[in-house]
Amino acid sequence: MGADDSAYQALAETLDGDDHRWAFGAGFDAGTAEITAPPPEGVDRDDLATYCLMLADDALVASQRLAEWTTNAPELEEEVALANIALDLLGQARVLLARAGHLGAAERYRVGPQDDEDVLAYFRDERAFRNVVLAEADLGDFGRTMAWMLVYSSWRLALMTRLVASRDVVLAAVADKAVKELAYQRQYAAQWVVRLGDGTDHSRERVQAGLDGVWPFVEELFAVHPVEARLVEAGVAVDPAELRAELDAVLDQVLPPARLTRPERPAVGLVAGRGGRDGIHTEALGPVLAVMQSLARTHPEATW
Amino acid sequence: MADETTRLATAAGPDGTTDVPEHLRRELEEAFERTVGSEGRVEPRDWMPEGYRKTLIRQVAQHAHSEIIGMQPEGNWILRAPSLRRKAILLAKVQDEAGHGLYLYSATETLGVDRGELTAKLISSKQKYSSIFNYPTLTFADIGVIGWLVDGAAICNQVPLCRSSYGPYARAMVRICKEESFHQRQGFELLRTLMAGTEAQRAMVQDAVDRWWWPSLMMFGPADGDSPNTQQSMAWRIKRHTNDELRQRYVDMSVPQAEALGVTFPDPELRWNAERGSYDFGAIDWDEFTAVVKGAGPCNAQRLAHRRAAHENGQWVRDAASAYAAKQEARRREGVAA
Repeated sequence: MGADDSAYQALAETLDGDDHRWAFGAGFDAGTAEITAPPPEGVDRDDLATYCLMLADDALVASQRLAEWTTNAPELEEEVALANIALDLLGQARVLLARAGHLGAAERYRVGPQDDEDVLAYFRDERAFRNVVLAEADLGDFGRTMAWMLVYSSWRLALMTRLVASRDVVLAAVADKAVKELAYQRQYAAQWVVRLGDGTDHSRERVQAGLDGVWPFVEELFAVHPVEARLVEAGVAVDPAELRAELDAVLDQVLPPARLTRPERPAVGLVAGRGGRDGIHTEALGPVLAVMQSLARTHPEATW
Repeated sequence: MADETTRLATAAGPDGTTDVPEHLRRELEEAFERTVGSEGRVEPRDWMPEGYRKTLIRQVAQHAHSEIIGMQPEGNWILRAPSLRRKAILLAKVQDEAGHGLYLYSATETLGVDRGELTAKLISSKQKYSSIFNYPTLTFADIGVIGWLVDGAAICNQVPLCRSSYGPYARAMVRICKEESFHQRQGFELLRTLMAGTEAQRAMVQDAVDRWWWPSLMMFGPADGDSPNTQQSMAWRIKRHTNDELRQRYVDMSVPQAEALGVTFPDPELRWNAERGSYDFGAIDWDEFTAVVKGAGPCNAQRLAHRRAAHENGQWVRDAASAYAAKQEARRREGVAA
């Protein structure tokens, strides 16, 4: 057999596990040094860890939901795009979880030898997840997924665009990378919302139903949690209330050419004033985590 | 391809099937044989015999279908991947497979068929995909074993195809083989980690190897004596080695890797033959192979039903995209007219 048959040979030589290309989607561009950076002066360590968990869980849970599309997308191009978006969000989550872990958030959940990011992803219960409930919502059909993504990515892009100026170096670095990724997500979603809205009558009905379905989760995106309020004051976090105008502007731009109307639906109710940021979720989150965590929890003493 | 053939092909029309006078057809065939015989590349606009075109469409489509169906057994573990790093690696791998499917369907389009047509043939069982994907993935170790053994066998099959006589396929294979080789290393690295882990993890690896070893040997196809198309395909340089040659090469490579890993293959007859300089191995269960090829494997029905459902559930989306594109085109024309 010819000399050019040898692509297979590389196997034996490169088994040391130190090839960083193996960690696709890791997105550890912030660098280990920055993950271990001390909190900015005057910033409470626990508050900063909690804020990292909020932003991490928003991405982790949304990524897990988007990964449900794998092998189910309407076309191969969408298969590739949805996986790519899920990977970007997973990469954001991993850095933020590692940062939260470094600030001490993983210790109370640790049962085995796992890295902080895995302790926080796999060994925390539903009530300890801090994501907005939009992130855990059932993505339904492709129309609902695109409506969901338009809202989610526009909101998160507005947030990350501001977070670039955070006094915390890790948050600023994560935001800097995330802005580019989210700009692509927003564009992808906006294009599909217009195509579906201005496609056939049937597709317009489906994407409108999708937008109506996710609308009750939008109001929570602008609520200010006490941890956020303190960190906004300290120049570390973004004020969620500031993000409403930007989401409105995106919708004003996208909905008319998509022939869609802005839903008139009340926000989903809170439990004694508490929502996702306090660990009060919809019933949708439990099964998502049950699937995600099942194997890791079956082998709490194992690493993978 | 040789200039003379390009000239003749242009005279004959790009699909090569137009009525050509007998003497010209002979010239075309001879030029084609010369190109292929001298390791030249056939390009989409060149004349080619109809049998060559059909065989290639079947071969490349089957490969494309295998990439797409192959996403399912691995996709089965994305949501449950036990660490975030493994989840990212697996998701990226499955995404690569969708990408490979895309290049390969594009390569078939240069032969005059389109993706929709081929998808219809896949979901109506008129075209096949690699039978290996009709086996279930039952533990996370299966993900590592698929990378090591299944991707390993695929690489053995595919690396020679980087020299396929058909240009677009050969070029697609160069890129695909690079990524497959990367996937194989990732698979092996996962298995090394599990073998260095807990007793349960090691047992999981051996169990997965026991289930996947024989099916991976079947990936090379029937024994040479039962492979009727091999000779013609080798003459056309769209197949470079016989099934049994490639299978032997794969066994010879895999045994030392298994030893390094600390697992055994479920074959009591597997042993080194110093005289041949190769490993002898036991008889493959060709009845199982035939049954799986014919649709009676553990997951055939499930894999096709899943692919069919995804395709049918996406119809309204594809219809919307077409309707939108048509509206945009009409608006553009109106704009131009006004």
